[in-house]
Amino acid sequence: MQIFICPFCGPRDEREFHFEREAGKIRPDTTKLVSDIGWSDYLNEQRNTKGAVREVWSHLPCHELFVMERNSLTMDVIYSTSRRGPVT
Amino acid sequence: MTSYRIDHGGLIDRTRPLVFTFDGRSYTGFDGDTLASALLANGVRIMGRSFKYHRPRGPWSAWVDDPNAIMNVKLNGREFPNCAATTTYLEDGMAARSVNAFPSAQFDVKGGLDLMHRWLTAGFYYKTFMWPNWHLFEPVIRKMAGLGEISRDVFEDYVSDQVHDCCDTLVIGGGGTGLAAAREAVETGENVILVDDQKTVGGGLFRTGLIEGQAAADWVEAQVAAIESGGGRVMRATTAFGIHDHKLVGLAEHGKFGCPPRLWRLRPGRIILASGALDRPITFANNDRPGVMSLDGACEFLARYGVLVGRNIATLSNNSGAESSARTLEQAGANVVTLDPTAGHACAIGGKRLRGVELNGAFHYADTILCSGGQTPLVHLWRHAGGKLDWNDDLQAFVPGKAPEGMIAVGSANGFFDLQHALDDARAVGADTARPNKKSSYKLTPLWPKPGSKGRQWIDFQHDVTIKDVELAARENYVSVEHLKRYTTLGMASDQGKTSNMSGLAAMAAVLDRPIPEVGTTTFRPPFVPQPLALYAGQRKATLFSPLKRLKLEPEHRAADAALVEYGGWLRPGWFGSGDPTEHIFNEVQLVRETAGIFDASPLGKIEILGPDAEAFVNFAFYNTIATLKPGHVRYGFLLNERGIVMDDGVVARLGDNRFVISCSSGHVDHVRDHLEVWRQDCNDPERIFVHDTTQHWSTVTVTGPRARDILEKIDTRIELAADAFPHMTVREGTFDGAPIRVARVSFTGELSFEVSIRNTYATALWNALLKSGASIGAGPVGSEAMMILRAEKGYIIVGKDTDGLTMPHDLGFTVPRLKKKAAFIGDRSLHMQVGNETDRRALVGLEVDTGSAMLSTGAHIVADGSKPRTLGYVTSSYDSPTLKRPIALGLLEQGAERIGEKITVWHLGKTVTATVCPPCFYDPEGVHLDA
Repeated sequence: MQIFICPFCGPRDEREFHFEREAGKIRPDTTKLVSDIGWSDYLNEQRNTKGAVREVWSHLPCHELFVMERNSLTMDVIYSTSRRGPVT
Repeated sequence: MTSYRIDHGGLIDRTRPLVFTFDGRSYTGFDGDTLASALLANGVRIMGRSFKYHRPRGPWSAWVDDPNAIMNVKLNGREFPNCAATTTYLEDGMAARSVNAFPSAQFDVKGGLDLMHRWLTAGFYYKTFMWPNWHLFEPVIRKMAGLGEISRDVFEDYVSDQVHDCCDTLVIGGGGTGLAAAREAVETGENVILVDDQKTVGGGLFRTGLIEGQAAADWVEAQVAAIESGGGRVMRATTAFGIHDHKLVGLAEHGKFGCPPRLWRLRPGRIILASGALDRPITFANNDRPGVMSLDGACEFLARYGVLVGRNIATLSNNSGAESSARTLEQAGANVVTLDPTAGHACAIGGKRLRGVELNGAFHYADTILCSGGQTPLVHLWRHAGGKLDWNDDLQAFVPGKAPEGMIAVGSANGFFDLQHALDDARAVGADTARPNKKSSYKLTPLWPKPGSKGRQWIDFQHDVTIKDVELAARENYVSVEHLKRYTTLGMASDQGKTSNMSGLAAMAAVLDRPIPEVGTTTFRPPFVPQPLALYAGQRKATLFSPLKRLKLEPEHRAADAALVEYGGWLRPGWFGSGDPTEHIFNEVQLVRETAGIFDASPLGKIEILGPDAEAFVNFAFYNTIATLKPGHVRYGFLLNERGIVMDDGVVARLGDNRFVISCSSGHVDHVRDHLEVWRQDCNDPERIFVHDTTQHWSTVTVTGPRARDILEKIDTRIELAADAFPHMTVREGTFDGAPIRVARVSFTGELSFEVSIRNTYATALWNALLKSGASIGAGPVGSEAMMILRAEKGYIIVGKDTDGLTMPHDLGFTVPRLKKKAAFIGDRSLHMQVGNETDRRALVGLEVDTGSAMLSTGAHIVADGSKPRTLGYVTSSYDSPTLKRPIALGLLEQGAERIGEKITVWHLGKTVTATVCPPCFYDPEGVHLDA
């Protein structure tokens, strides 16, 4: 059982968290033409990196979304940052 | 009798005899015995039959590594399967039964299967039972396979406690090194827990002589006293069964037989692994015979239980550790002949009763053969935690290599087999000082299975895997250890290969002529020993798993004799009145159609969206255009997920420029709130939108029926109720008894309806006022079951019941936004992917049965006629309609819209009926009642 860090509530049990998506993915502007491939990539293509990953998670009790960097191989949690304010 | 109890020694309490039975015969053991030691003390050696060949089997060893003696054990009327006789402590009155044997382990009618062994090789089932169809043979094979028999009784009180804890240092294993390390750690001021899976800590120490000048029992007692007086905790009969992510250690603390173990979820600062090592088997012909045992196991039986496993013992050992063991057994009264198995081909002679061993053609008389093929460190937990293994050529074993964070291995688990050296090292580790560097005196000659050698040589005792099966697997190219394991089932029995894995992979290495480390090990996974599922489940059952949501008006409903039923997590009135529910439900439907019903709709979603970007956000969240909705108006719509699938439906009420209320389905509120919250923060500016779920703070009472207005009019709401002033699909705010209320004219029944929402604190007064007002015209409360029928008559769907994981909004007849909505919305692009454009999509339809036919079954398949039947869709809702006096149904049907008027075939549980496809609205299709 992993311990994740919510930027607001601190270290908590992994069961309190929900994975949202990989970080860095941008929703295509659907008011413009989006190709089938482009949309399919957005929906389905995951980097699924072995090693360091950046992901968007939500902490269900406080319901805040944040970015967590962790290692998908060693399960080490590297850091969590709030998405409030300038998001990198 | 070959094995017997000697008159002294052991950790048993000889003043407390315990009576038990095995395969129907009565025996006596002592307090402190295990089932296996007590049976051996009574001269019983055959304790089970093997899985495939039904060969007679006796215990191989004395603790968790024994694969053979598995029993069904009954005590106080409760029977438990798969109890290892070597780890089940004896209790008075136990009735043990051998498994996979009938009528007894000693004489088993299926013993003859062994004669067929030539044809029962690895993969035999897959190869033999292919034609014409595996499923023909499966029932018989399943009946023959398997070990224990599970009791059909449900033990409601078999519920594990679960405890969360932490400590500075966890020491796993209460043998010499574990005790030494724990004591040092305690003395440096650390909060220490030491766990050991036996009732008496000390590990293998009792089979050695003096330890640092003290008798084993005295030395152990001194260490335990020092640990406990320093504030450390010693947990006995507690198995560390797994190390999970981020160093979470699972401990199972065992009590008396039949009691559920207690789960400890422990988070230690560091872990000292002192789990010890196992004596591994030697692979030779007929090495599975009862009486062929582990040398360490035999010494353990002697040291802990005072049981000598044989009178005339031959030892087969390739290592320096065996000599002192042989001497110990001799001192206890056995005749011991020491043989060197590295010298050539060995074969056990005898059947149920051993007669001796043949080594290089020379016969040696023996009733017991004790093997020691070298020590295998117990590295299971090390691997769970992600530690690496190194191959040690001197020890011919995998030993802990690169350590996982915060973990360190000591003693035999680390490949340190010299006791004094291991103790010094463990003390340094416990105190966190530099570890001494010493050379080991342990010596062994490599000895591994020899492919191609004569005789049936067992590798996995429990699953009957021989060296020939490994050779066969290699010939058929299952050379990876993971494939070997699955193809031959080597290491897949309940002992999970504790004895067999090393021999198995060494055999594969020999067949392939590759070094053992290149072949590698299979993955070690928790649990280290089998654990009951109840351990993991704990108290999380029923409402402790999924707490019920309760209505503010529940006391009123109970007083009105409501039948309370769970719907989507809420405890709600299904109908009112006791006795036959059907009649009550029919009457409630009629009441709504003819007069009016009063319905507690409080679980209905009331999610407010506020802020300067609220309009754009709701417009983005909904399939339908919401931006054009004017304040005071209500619109029905769908929420889609990004794949264009209908996630929920509901109405949106606009209360002001920057304020909306989403009334999503009662059972979907939590999901919708989470969904909106994520999109708010992820694709929008969260500073300009606020999602506020008021569902559980406000109650909603719906008054529905042709006379709904009459009921509401008698209550002072300060709202003009006339149809032209307050038309269908609008919302008004007013007051009740000084409290703000919100009234929406939306309908889930097809009748004139007012949904009145009010803060929970005022809900009871409102409910009673409406009931009182309704009573004067004959209206009364109605429950959820009536609502289900009313909405189906009108063709209103329930998302998740009348839709599935493939349903898009245009399948439900809502085609316009897909083609016309300009603004972006969740799931928009997915509606135009190939899947959304398919012409054979399943669409919502109504289904009518022939006059006089029974109602269709929900879930029944709509099938295509013809030579190749195919499912075209299925019935999603089906009711006997009290209004129309005939059955009605809704369904999802391929090309449903084009099939209106067609006769179709409906299949359910082997029976077919015909039905006619019709539009999905059976009542008031023109909406006259709605707009009243």
